[in-house]
Amino acid sequence: MELLKRVGFWVVLALVFGFFMFPLYWILISSFKTRADIVSTTPSYLPYLEFNPIFDNYTDVLVGGSQTSGEGSTVTASADVSEFRDRLINSIIITGGSTILAVLIGTLTAYAVSRFTIPLEDDFMFFVLSTRMLPPIVVLIPVFVLFNDLELRDTYHGIILLYTAFNLPFVVWIMKGFFDEIPKEYEDAAMMDGYSRFQAIYKIVLPEAIPAMAATAVFSIIVSWNEFVLANFLNRDTASTVPPFLNSIIGVGAVEWGRLAAASVVYVIPVIIFTFIVRNHLLRGVTFGAVRR
Amino acid sequence: MSTAEKIAASQSPSTNRLRPKFSFLTDNRLSFLFVSPTLIVLLFIAIYPLIWSLTASFTNRTMSQNQEVVGVGIENYSELMTEDRPWERFVVTGKIVVPSVIIQTVLGFGIAMLLNRKFAGRGVLMTMMLIPMMLSPVVVALFWRFMMQGDGIINYYIKNVMGFEPILWLADRSIIPWSVVLVDVWMWTPFMMLIALAGLSAVPTYLYEAAEVDRAGAWFRFRHITLPIVAPLLMIGIIFRIMDAYKMIDIIFVLVGDRGGVGRAAQTAGLYVYDVAFKQQDTAVGSAYGYIMLVVIIALANLLIRQLNNLKGAE
Repeated sequence: MELLKRVGFWVVLALVFGFFMFPLYWILISSFKTRADIVSTTPSYLPYLEFNPIFDNYTDVLVGGSQTSGEGSTVTASADVSEFRDRLINSIIITGGSTILAVLIGTLTAYAVSRFTIPLEDDFMFFVLSTRMLPPIVVLIPVFVLFNDLELRDTYHGIILLYTAFNLPFVVWIMKGFFDEIPKEYEDAAMMDGYSRFQAIYKIVLPEAIPAMAATAVFSIIVSWNEFVLANFLNRDTASTVPPFLNSIIGVGAVEWGRLAAASVVYVIPVIIFTFIVRNHLLRGVTFGAVRR
Repeated sequence: MSTAEKIAASQSPSTNRLRPKFSFLTDNRLSFLFVSPTLIVLLFIAIYPLIWSLTASFTNRTMSQNQEVVGVGIENYSELMTEDRPWERFVVTGKIVVPSVIIQTVLGFGIAMLLNRKFAGRGVLMTMMLIPMMLSPVVVALFWRFMMQGDGIINYYIKNVMGFEPILWLADRSIIPWSVVLVDVWMWTPFMMLIALAGLSAVPTYLYEAAEVDRAGAWFRFRHITLPIVAPLLMIGIIFRIMDAYKMIDIIFVLVGDRGGVGRAAQTAGLYVYDVAFKQQDTAVGSAYGYIMLVVIIALANLLIRQLNNLKGAE
């Protein structure tokens, strides 16, 4: 019975895991395939055994490209492909900037809401949340007009501000939950010892909050790193990020699945690494104060 | 004070009485200082567009620059209210959002239960399970499109391995919404799993031990110990998922096209706004429809948050 349970556990886990992992595996191996191998009607799964892996897709994407990604397909967009690096740098600047801003501002606001008496506190929290309900497509028209007037289109600070606003609701909600859980005796004790409130916050409270802030940052990074709709319409040039670029790879003629896969793999790796580093804090980070211990 | 004393003072506040710095920052000033940046950013990015589109929704504004904008009263709204299509878009949205969020919640919770025990490789497994939600929706939708094609790998299995008729994932209008649900489930179940795991890790073990003593069954433990503690957290996860699925357009956009595929099978309310405001360039009607969307989701969120507070109170 005990053995049966054990086997059952691993079988179910393997099935579920398979469903979620197979598409990832498919993207990964596609990035090492030639065009002919990718569109072949009999699928091949194992490099070296079933198909000969190539690394051209990666060099094309990262270094900028050769014209040969398979016989008969001289790619028109190879000049654009070398653009990937510039877009990647933009993505890093914009994601980094907006995440730091959102987490910092949001944490302080969450602290204030959690500890001080704010007039209309519940309404404020609902207002913060409600800004996340706006469909980006609805925001897009006025923001487009606004950004044109203020000359914020295609600037780093424009899009950073926008993504900061996108991420603030989530940060404020998670961090408020977190502060609700930390006993306020911590700061009270420090203040009894002569710290001012402000000192108590940055010497006692903030260091305590860093794991939760890191967990929150993961979500902020995921959103900014991958946002497509606004990036696609607002930034065409200087401050353009990777996701619209990925979409544009498919726009030109036949889809270059290999390059797309390679670019996607390169693009997701930094997020995976960051998530792996903070994985132990993720669980504690997302409790929103909904779980009382 | 010498440097050494300063260091000692900063490290052991309990032994040295300090002269408080920044004491001019009273609680009142601090709360103002901390709340106002958020307020300003959100007012600038959220409220300004809201007022702008509210104003626009009562005019005849279009995308073209050289046109006289005049007020038309509630004409845009009454037009939308009386036509069938705008309502159908909400039905389509519901058909996608409701099954997606239900499946994600159940599946995510189930996976969390599986992972909520100690075994080798748990950390790696958990991180790998989170990868789908880290990918750009554009990439996710593109690769699912690739796999769901008529001669893609999924149909290869259905036809050659299982021996069934291939499924027209992206071409059959009765299946398209379910294809969207499938992709959304694949991408966002990890989020619900994470939320559920966070909840499960907060269930104190002594409760289970007590249940053990009372010889309570597995179902009883689940129903009366696990669920009540995880429920509020799960509810917040559900609220965020509903809000995001409701406004999600990028997956559908890439998977079946900007009109929602054959017969507009997956043209949700969000895509309808895109269609009206950008394709037909009718800013005014697009804004009005956006407003209707907003009112619907705010009402829904209010209802859900009330539910959430009940759950918290019932604890």
